[in-house]
Amino acid sequence: MASLKELKGRINSVKSTQKITKAKQMVAAAKLRKAQAAAESARPYASRLAEVMGSLASKITVSDNSPKLLAGTGSDQIHLLVVANSDKGLCGAFNANIVKAARVKAKELEAQGKTVLFYLIGRKGRAVIKREYPKQIAKMFDTTDVRDPGFNEAEKVANELVAMYEDGQFDIAHLFYSKFRSALVQEPTSQQIIPVPAPKAAVAESDAVVEYEPDEEDILAALLPRYLRTQIFGALLENAASEQGASMTAMDNATRNAGDLINKLTIQYNRSRQAAITTELVEIIAGAEAL
Amino acid sequence: MALHFELVTPAKLVRSEDVHMVVVPGTEGEFGVLQGHAPFMSTVADGALKVYRTENGAPEEIIITGGFAEVGDTGLTVLAEHVEG
Repeated sequence: MASLKELKGRINSVKSTQKITKAKQMVAAAKLRKAQAAAESARPYASRLAEVMGSLASKITVSDNSPKLLAGTGSDQIHLLVVANSDKGLCGAFNANIVKAARVKAKELEAQGKTVLFYLIGRKGRAVIKREYPKQIAKMFDTTDVRDPGFNEAEKVANELVAMYEDGQFDIAHLFYSKFRSALVQEPTSQQIIPVPAPKAAVAESDAVVEYEPDEEDILAALLPRYLRTQIFGALLENAASEQGASMTAMDNATRNAGDLINKLTIQYNRSRQAAITTELVEIIAGAEAL
Repeated sequence: MALHFELVTPAKLVRSEDVHMVVVPGTEGEFGVLQGHAPFMSTVADGALKVYRTENGAPEEIIITGGFAEVGDTGLTVLAEHVEG
């Protein structure tokens, strides 16, 4: 049995851990609200752009001279997996889940004889993928120097992806991120981003004839990279909200566990103390009786 | 009669208001949008949107980059990647 002093030390150490997890939980809760608001305010742009893309796509047939971003390279040999992680830990299985989804996909593609490359956003998740696929990491995008990944980062990522794509470094890109369902549920999601999947045409299109300037194809070509940026931006925002949600849940559990552990240790501490006192009393009484 | 004008960036809805006229620097030339404009879509060159709140007032300029303009039944919607000021 541990000595009283040792127990006391452990109780104190668990207490300070609990303080940290509690603080992190409160920070996450505050940041979650902000991240959710950011995701909310990004919605009008994304939905408008999707609408426009949809109505444009319905007017154009994909042919060989359509932009490459829409029509594809004509091959599907090299797949790029864009994995968006967070920079910080203390958020439970959040990063692990995303990486797991990416690895499952990578295995599946490799089984089909495809080449798999990785493009990593965020610091976490690098180690795992590096260990398994040391030579297949095309790029690691660093977001450690910005507080909240925003549109500028999404833009940089998208531009790099487009440059790599035009350079012929890959044929198909998938994006892995965590979709924010609620503070308790985050869903690792994979989504094909290049070639851009044709957006669904808006159903109730007003019958008025819309004039285009320049023509539909040029507009579509101009909008495709933007659409890609918006998609990545959306994913980053979802990811940010998911991270905070996961962090909040994980830290809530940790705080509760620490509380349970403190109770258990305190009981153990008190029992040992009582046992020590009892032994002492028994010794004194036995000593007195012996006289 | 007022034109409903919305300016949206990926980060947020910057403007949503009724104005008199907006002059948009389209890639194929500037165009002014008044209330009741025919449905129209155009890419927008980087430059200044001129927003006329009243018919004779001085325009308010909003610098945008990476823009796209759409005129529909509901008015004018400008999607821009970056907005200054």
